[in-house]
Amino acid sequence: MTKVFSNNRMNIFYMIVALFLAVLPFVYDSRSTLILLSQVFIFAVLAMSYDILLGYTGIVSFGHAMFFGIGAYTVGVFMKRFEPETSYFLLAVLVTILLTAVVSYIVGLLTLRLKSHFYAMLTMAFAGLFLVLAEKWRTVTYGNDGFTFRVPEFLRDRTDFYLICLASMVIVFILLKRFTNSPLGKVLQAIRENEQRTESLGYSVLQYKVIASVVSGVLAGIAGILYAVSLRFVNTSVFTMDITLDALLMTIIGGVGTLVGAIIGAGIIEFSHHWLTELAKVHWIFERWIIFFGIIYILAVMFFPMGIVGSLQKLKFGRKKKTSAPVKSEAVSQGDS
Amino acid sequence: MTAILETKDLSITFGGHTAVDSVSIAVPHNHFKSIIGPNGAGKTTFFNLLSGQLMPSKGQVLYKGSEITKLSPTKRTRAGIGRSFQITNVFPNLTVMENVRLAVQSHAGVRYQMLKHFRSFDKFEQEAEEWLKLVLLDDKKDALARNLAHGEKRKLEIAMLLALNTEVLLLDEPTAGMSLEEVPAILDVIRKIKQRGDRTIILIEHKMDMIMDLSDSIMVLFNGALLADGTPEEIMKNEMVQSAYLGGLHSEHTAKA
Repeated sequence: MTKVFSNNRMNIFYMIVALFLAVLPFVYDSRSTLILLSQVFIFAVLAMSYDILLGYTGIVSFGHAMFFGIGAYTVGVFMKRFEPETSYFLLAVLVTILLTAVVSYIVGLLTLRLKSHFYAMLTMAFAGLFLVLAEKWRTVTYGNDGFTFRVPEFLRDRTDFYLICLASMVIVFILLKRFTNSPLGKVLQAIRENEQRTESLGYSVLQYKVIASVVSGVLAGIAGILYAVSLRFVNTSVFTMDITLDALLMTIIGGVGTLVGAIIGAGIIEFSHHWLTELAKVHWIFERWIIFFGIIYILAVMFFPMGIVGSLQKLKFGRKKKTSAPVKSEAVSQGDS
Repeated sequence: MTAILETKDLSITFGGHTAVDSVSIAVPHNHFKSIIGPNGAGKTTFFNLLSGQLMPSKGQVLYKGSEITKLSPTKRTRAGIGRSFQITNVFPNLTVMENVRLAVQSHAGVRYQMLKHFRSFDKFEQEAEEWLKLVLLDDKKDALARNLAHGEKRKLEIAMLLALNTEVLLLDEPTAGMSLEEVPAILDVIRKIKQRGDRTIILIEHKMDMIMDLSDSIMVLFNGALLADGTPEEIMKNEMVQSAYLGGLHSEHTAKA
């Protein structure tokens, strides 16, 4: 009962935050803040999609950028080749969903049988393949330079776009909450905990991993669409390792396996990125903001290995459990063949 | 007397070492069979071959007359062969309830439901709670599995196996590493399942009094080979078995070979 109650309280809190963010552009009219927050929402979608792999299923992928890039390029190419109209935009969304679903399904089937580090390497190779494709297929992608494109009417206004990004993030959050709390979501967590045991309970581990990979891939594609639309420009950078690393770090700093953590992580990374670049006016060292990022990452992993949300949860949980008996040390079981 | 589980000439070789050597057994329906043998005799490896964790180098495994040698552990569990593990093998960061519920959910066939909240399946929770009561672990249902004491983890392991509701239960040293006070509870659970009379149980154990008390038949593994297979009385009288346990057989055995 208390669990349900506290869940409700959390939901109310999330709703208040979402409402606050929704009315923000009408009371605080700062173009740069709106753009920055839109970026946060877009990367929150990407980080949440990554969290499905890393936090819920226990899969480390180094190729997540490929889905992000597919989304970005699909919308870019559609807007450039055809008219920047709503119908083509919706078609681009549909094609992105199909493409990312098919690619994540095939890549998943090919690679998810592998042990974790081999899987990570192979996904990196697949993402590299897409990067090369984007560089070399110049007639469509304009190579490394990329291309600008116009967007449909309803995406042009910064406030409207801000609200669309916010709505996307909220919808993805709600969908993924439901997904991770479904019976299937519980099996994903079981796989993260102990693959062999999940198998011997009668669950086909590979199928679950592929499902997680498809869900995660499609959502990363959606984030890619929003990202390209926000810049009205796309180039090969959307397929680079940086995107994957951003997603990875946002998830880790926020707290893996929490979804909210991914959102908070996206906020922290995007804001600190912004501020550190601003500080370059104060001292030249801040132009090298990547140095400070490195330090932040190291400190985060050292002091908050479970991320911000994970550490907070532990603090809360630890307080509640203080009265319970200390954990007995495990007896060593007898060895056998 | 039809066999529910059968092995024919089952062997597995790791490098040059034959861990299980041409073992052929037939386990009838609702039978209680124990496997004994010194450490390193290949008991757990034999279990891994039955449950599909390992693929044999040679030989067959048959379940209800049809061959399952090539089936994955997942498919064998779904067919009706469940197992517990000797080294505690639970989901450490899930609660005790969640651990068992996953087994109940699998048995109920709810495997790919991704749109409903897990709480809308009340009956899973109730069923899981009943299994936890059976192994006297219901008061710990909200604890994380990793915070359980060793004996409690063993109980959880058994609750998960029972919740799968499979016809065949493979129990790999369910009391290993338990304190003496904890053993009777587990023994009680196993006895209860046996008394229900609708399960086939294969048990690996070192505790001889427990085996003699429960088993319909006992098979003895030694250096991977089947040394003897018979009723508890026959096994007790068997000289080879006695010397295998008291030592001295090794040289004799290799001399014969």
